[in-house]
Amino acid sequence: MAEITPIRTAAEVALVERFEDLKDKLPGSGEIARGRDEAFALIAAAGLPNRRVEEWKYTDLRSAVREAAPLAERPADAAALVDKGRAFAKVDAVRLSFANGHLVAERSDLAALPAGVTVTPLAAALAEGHPLLAEMGKVAVAKGNFALALNSAFMMDGALIKVAAGTAVDKALHLRFVNGGASPFATAPRIVILVEDGASVTVHESHEGVGTAAYQANSVVEIVAGNGTTITHARLNAEQADAIALSTLAVTLGAEAKLTSLGAVTGGSLSRHQVFLAFAGEHSSLTLGGATMLRGRQHADTTLVVDHAVPHCDSRELFKTVIDGEATGVFQGKIIVRPDAQKTDGRMMSAALLLSETATMNNKPELEIFADDVQCAHGATCGELDDDLLFYLTARGLPRAVAEALLVQAFLGEALELVEDEAVREELVARAEGWLGERT
Amino acid sequence: MLQINNLVVEIEGKRILNGLDLSVKAGEVAAIMGPNGSGKSTLSYVIAGKEEYEVLDGEILVDGENILELEPNERAARGVFLAFQYPLEIPGVSTMTFLKAIMNAQRKAREEAELTTPEFMKRVKAAAQELHIDQEMLRRGLNVGFSGGEKKRMEILQMALLEPRFCILDETDSGLDIDALKIVAEGVNTLRDPARAFLVITHYQRLLNHIVPDTVHVMANGRIVRSGGKELALELEASGYADYREQAA
Ligand SMILES: Nc1ncnc2c1ncn2[C@@H]1O[C@H](COP(=O)(O)OP(=O)(O)O)[C@@H](O)[C@H]1O
Ligand SMILES: [Mg+2]
Repeated sequence: MAEITPIRTAAEVALVERFEDLKDKLPGSGEIARGRDEAFALIAAAGLPNRRVEEWKYTDLRSAVREAAPLAERPADAAALVDKGRAFAKVDAVRLSFANGHLVAERSDLAALPAGVTVTPLAAALAEGHPLLAEMGKVAVAKGNFALALNSAFMMDGALIKVAAGTAVDKALHLRFVNGGASPFATAPRIVILVEDGASVTVHESHEGVGTAAYQANSVVEIVAGNGTTITHARLNAEQADAIALSTLAVTLGAEAKLTSLGAVTGGSLSRHQVFLAFAGEHSSLTLGGATMLRGRQHADTTLVVDHAVPHCDSRELFKTVIDGEATGVFQGKIIVRPDAQKTDGRMMSAALLLSETATMNNKPELEIFADDVQCAHGATCGELDDDLLFYLTARGLPRAVAEALLVQAFLGEALELVEDEAVREELVARAEGWLGERT
Repeated sequence: MLQINNLVVEIEGKRILNGLDLSVKAGEVAAIMGPNGSGKSTLSYVIAGKEEYEVLDGEILVDGENILELEPNERAARGVFLAFQYPLEIPGVSTMTFLKAIMNAQRKAREEAELTTPEFMKRVKAAAQELHIDQEMLRRGLNVGFSGGEKKRMEILQMALLEPRFCILDETDSGLDIDALKIVAEGVNTLRDPARAFLVITHYQRLLNHIVPDTVHVMANGRIVRSGGKELALELEASGYADYREQAA
C-alpha cells in the first residue's frame, strides 16, 4: 500500500519539527515520553483540524493558525509577569500562578495550602513519574481530541492537585494563568485535580494576556471527582485580543457528586473552550454555563460533550453569547445518553444575541439518546435586541446605548447569576459592564 | 402645551392616522375615546417617538417645538411620558435598578445632579406606598410576573417619579378591578397640576368618573371627529360608537 503523504501547511510542518526537536527535552521519560509520542502521532497523522472535521467544522484551525509558535520557556521575569495579572484580584483565594504556562513558585501559595490539599508542580511530577499522573486522560469522549492531544504531547508544566477524602476546602484555589511576551510563544499547561470521596472544593481559573506579541495558549484542566464530591468552578478568559486560546476541561464525576462550571469569555482573537464530562456514578448533577462577549473579528467556540453513561444524573447547560461587529460565536453541545443511563435529565440551552448585522452565530446542539426513560431537551436561539423593549426603555428617558447595555446585561445576567461565589460573580458582571462600556 | 396639526401616519403602507388635529393646554386633562382600532395607541406611540410608524405629514408641537425629529429619550427629557397599554416585561433588570436608571438619565439630560441613593429610596418608597405597591415587587424583574393591574400601577409609579409635564395614559383602566382603578385614578389626580397636561385614552367612560376630564375628544378612523366637555363621555356611554364609525367611514 502506498504511503499517504498528507500535504502539510507551514504550521503543521513546523509543529512536527518542534516536537522532534523538543521531545527529549520535555520533562518525563519512559511511559510519559511514550504518551507524548502517542499523542503527537495523532496530530502528525491528522494535521490541524479544519472545517472538514465535523467537531471543528466552525473553527478551522488549519486556516487560523498560520505559524506554530515556539513552546514558551519559563520567562526570566516570571514573577513580574504574573504581577501584571488583574483577574479575580479581589477574590479571597489560595493562588497558583502560571507565567506562560510555567508554575511560578514565588507567586504561588504553595506553603499556605488549606488543610487536605496537596500540590505538586507538574514539571517535577513528570520528571519523577508521580502516581497522580495516572489520573490523566480518563474521559473517554475526550480521546483523540486535537487540543487535548496537543497538550499531552507538549505539556511542560502545571500542577497535580489532590484534595484528600472528606475535606471541605475552606478557601478557593485560584489557578491564575498570565500570558505575555515580546515575541510569539505557545503554552501547554496541564492541571490535574483529584477530588477524593466526600471532598468539596472551589476552583477559579483565569487566563489573561498582558504582553505585546500574539501567542497560542492551550491549557487543559482535568478533574477526577470521587463519590459525594462538590466542585465549584469558575473560569475567565480575558486573553490578549490577538491570542489564539484553546482550553479544555475534562471531568469524571463519581456518584452523588455535584459539579458547577461557569465562565465568561471576552478575550482571544480565536478561542475554543471545550468541556468533556463523563458521569461515572449515579445521582450526580452538573451545571455548565457561560457568558461570551465578542466584537471586532473575534471568534469564540464553546464545545461540550456530556456523557451520561450511568442512570439518574442531571445536567443543565446555559450559555449566552453576545456578538457585535464582525465576530463569530460557536456553540456545539452534545449530550450523549447511553443505553444504561435511564432517568437522565438533561437540559441544554444556547442563546445568542446579535448586536450587528455582520455578527454570526453557529449553534449546534445535539442529543444522542440510547435510553428510553429519560428527559432531555435542548434549545438554541439567535436574535437581536427587541425593538419594543428598546422603545419602552428609551421612551422612559434612557439613551439608546444605555437601553441596549441594560438589555444585554439582563441577557447575560441569567448565566452570570448562576455563579455562587459573590466576589467572582461581581467581577464577571463588572467585566460584562466594562465590555459594554467599550462599545462604540 | 401640545399641539398636533394634520398628523398623517402609516405603518406597513397602511394609513392609521388621517390628518389628526388636537390641542391640549397646560393644566388640562383631555380624554380621547374611540372604538378599538381607531388609532388611539398609534397616536400615543407616535407622540412618544416609536420608530416603526411613518409620519407622512403634519407636526407635533410640545411648547411650540416640533418633536417629530427627536429620539424617544429626548422627548422624555422634555417631559413626554407614555403609560403603555401593554407594559413590557424585562427579565433580569430589577425594578429598582430600572427606576434609578430612568430617573438619573432624565436628570442628566436636564443637567441636574444624580439622586443620592437615600434620596432615591425615599422618593420610591413614598410613591410606592401611595399606589399600594409592595416593596417586594420592586426587587423583582421589571413587570415580570406582575398581574395586569400591578403592571398598570407600576406605570403610574414611574410617572409619579419622573414628574413629566405631558402625560399620556393609554387604556390604563383596562384590566383593572374597581379598587385598582381607584388607586390608579387617585395617583393621577394627585399629579394634576396647572403646569402639567394629561391625555387620557380610554375605550370606556368608567375611568372618567374617577379622572374627570376637562375636554373629551372622539376618535374614529384616525381622526378626531368630535370634541366637547365631560358630558360627551356620558353621551358616548349611552349611545356607543356606532354613529362615529359610519360618520368617519
Ligand atoms: N405595528 C402595526 N402593524 C400593523 N398594523 C398596525 C400596527 N399597529 C397598529 N396597527 C393597526 O392600526 C390600527 C389602529 O390600531 P391602534 O392604534 O392600536 O388602535 P386603538 O388603540 O385605537 O385600538 C389597527 O387597525 C391596527 O391593526
Ligand atoms: Mg389601543
